[in-house]
Amino acid sequence: MTSLAIPSTATAAAKRKPRRKLDIGRIGAHLGLLFFVIVWTFPTVGLLVSSVRDKDQLALTGWWTALAHSTLMSAARVGPATGQVQEGDVWVIKGNVFGGPTGQTVEAFGITNADISKTPAGTAAPMRDGGEIVLEPNGDYRWTSPTQFTYSGSPRVYFVTGSAPRFTLENYQRVLSSTGVGQSFINSLTVAIPATIIPILLAAFAAYALAWMRFPFRGLIVALVVGLLVVPLQMSLIPLLRLYNIIAGALGTESKNYLGVWLAHTAFGLPLAIYLLRNYMAGLPREIMESARMDGASHFKIFTSMVLPLSFPALASFAIFQFLWVWNDLLVALVFLGAQDDRMVLTARLVNLLGQYGNNWELLTSAAFITMIVPLIVFFSLQRYFVRGLLAGSVK
Amino acid sequence: MVQQILGAILAVAVALAAAVAYFWGTNWILDKALATPPTMSGAKITQRDSRRSAIRPWLFVGPSLVFLVVYLVYPVFETLRLSFYDKFGINFVGFSNYVWAFQDGVFLQSAFNNLGWLFIVPVLSTSFGLIIATLADRLWWGNIAKSLIFMPMAISFVGASVIWKFIYAYKGPGVEQIGVLNAIVTGLGFDPQPWITIPFLNSFLLMIILVWIQTGFAMIILSAALRGVPEETLEAARIDGANGFRIFFDIMIPQIWGTIVVVWTTTTITVLKVFDIVYAMTNGEFQTQVLANLMYRWMFISGDYGRGSTIAVIIMLVVVPIMVWNIRRANAEEGTR
Repeated sequence: MTSLAIPSTATAAAKRKPRRKLDIGRIGAHLGLLFFVIVWTFPTVGLLVSSVRDKDQLALTGWWTALAHSTLMSAARVGPATGQVQEGDVWVIKGNVFGGPTGQTVEAFGITNADISKTPAGTAAPMRDGGEIVLEPNGDYRWTSPTQFTYSGSPRVYFVTGSAPRFTLENYQRVLSSTGVGQSFINSLTVAIPATIIPILLAAFAAYALAWMRFPFRGLIVALVVGLLVVPLQMSLIPLLRLYNIIAGALGTESKNYLGVWLAHTAFGLPLAIYLLRNYMAGLPREIMESARMDGASHFKIFTSMVLPLSFPALASFAIFQFLWVWNDLLVALVFLGAQDDRMVLTARLVNLLGQYGNNWELLTSAAFITMIVPLIVFFSLQRYFVRGLLAGSVK
Repeated sequence: MVQQILGAILAVAVALAAAVAYFWGTNWILDKALATPPTMSGAKITQRDSRRSAIRPWLFVGPSLVFLVVYLVYPVFETLRLSFYDKFGINFVGFSNYVWAFQDGVFLQSAFNNLGWLFIVPVLSTSFGLIIATLADRLWWGNIAKSLIFMPMAISFVGASVIWKFIYAYKGPGVEQIGVLNAIVTGLGFDPQPWITIPFLNSFLLMIILVWIQTGFAMIILSAALRGVPEETLEAARIDGANGFRIFFDIMIPQIWGTIVVVWTTTTITVLKVFDIVYAMTNGEFQTQVLANLMYRWMFISGDYGRGSTIAVIIMLVVVPIMVWNIRRANAEEGTR
């Protein structure tokens, strides 16, 4: 039986030898660990930062430059000669290179691609067709000439725009409103909540019987549970699919539905649930059980009033495991719920988006973060139970 | 949408009610049916008592057992049977599915890739986990570091795939790269590469994703084991003048060897089942196919239950030794309890 108590690092560290003044090994350890932490968190931070960046900036520059000022080169044609107006003794063509107000600012411009950054915004540059042009930072240009304009093809101006780093929640808005991610979020919850609770109910009773009741084949059932812990899911898919089809055919319903997924997840979670809970319950003090039996309490009574409340840590561990596993699962959902638009779970939706919008990183990153938010909250708030479960589930 | 949420809540309520009704009800019936009123004779009471306590465990275990048998035990045998049948599971075809498998280029490719996965992922995640656990336990901010490195465990394989696809993102040469890997490569003066499409290297890059996820697991388990190494042993070694490396390799590693094996086997099983990462990243293209994804293809895309089952059985064969070892270990422990 594994002890679920984990000594805290604080006490473990206190027991280590006292610090020396200059310890190269210790500095090395700090740097080494820092390296690992950076490498391991960098990918997730990149996703998070990218998901709130402006989509045009995201498509052009690396997310690590998100805080830096970014520049972009572009070109625009000035208006046609027919749009000229006479102001006093000069002829003028006016307009805006962006066609309207944007968040961008012109930093410099030129009249050929080569001298694109030659003239600072707000100052004048000579035009080939005569006269000179001024391009303001907001994109307004003013081309003045002492003679009337007669050109037929409008000349281009080339300019450098800079944009301040821009962070926005627009990506999330778009993902939730137009890609079905919102619906999938609900679907994932629909799958995950019953699929977490049902196996706990079943496993708790079985675990109690396997831990505290004497009956024939008990050892065999325990061995079966341990064996089934590692059976690959792939072994179950085809027979269950056939079974579901037969049952659905007999009932005249669809074979892919929520009930089917709940039951499948329940069954696939049971071996671990029974294993974890049985180990935990078997570790409860024998004296309590025996004195309760002496007082005439039935097994049912002992189970509901004593064992269940005492087993809370193990129940919580398993609940977190099962919830994360179901929420993050793709295969079972694809096989037993299908990839129909209205009942696609988040993971399946994300795979779909990957195929559909392979290069629209603003959508992919925000959608991915939406799929991760619930597990991350569960993980960080209940990490203690998660770790306990991991230790009880594998270290023997 | 509201209807759907209500449906889920209703399902939970029904399941709770059904479970309570079943367990409470059957226990009640058992106590009533085999009641021992004070008027009964001594022998009769003993007989009824023992019959009750013979039946009750099965009421507790029953529902779980039904689930396990229907969803896991029966399918194992059924899949084994189907692997000897044709596409629709009707005609017996002997070993021809297996013969097909070992002559099929894609299958062999997948099996070869799986071997790579089986070797590289456990090696890297266990060693990184061990190194991080050793470092973190010595430093005051070790717990924060562990928490951060552990975090990918909470992320789905698909979510992790998106994260890493972004890292491997490729844009043509001469353009600013938005993928970190290509940004580093171009920063060093090389040409950007479409990483995901380069055979063998791409498989390795997919493995990295799983290593990134699994290292936290290895770290947590190994860290707990390292704390279990008796302080006196380490102290004695220090007094004898052993340096950090000697202590690590000659004392700590042998002490936690059993745990390393557990981490190794657990990771191996995760690797065998890996489906999502390949499905999301390449769907088996560019020679990255693995058995789990190939099985899904034959089962779902081609609807060939015979070949799908055959691939599942082959995955299972790799798991069997681990399974037997686990059962024996559990049984040994049962004896000492």
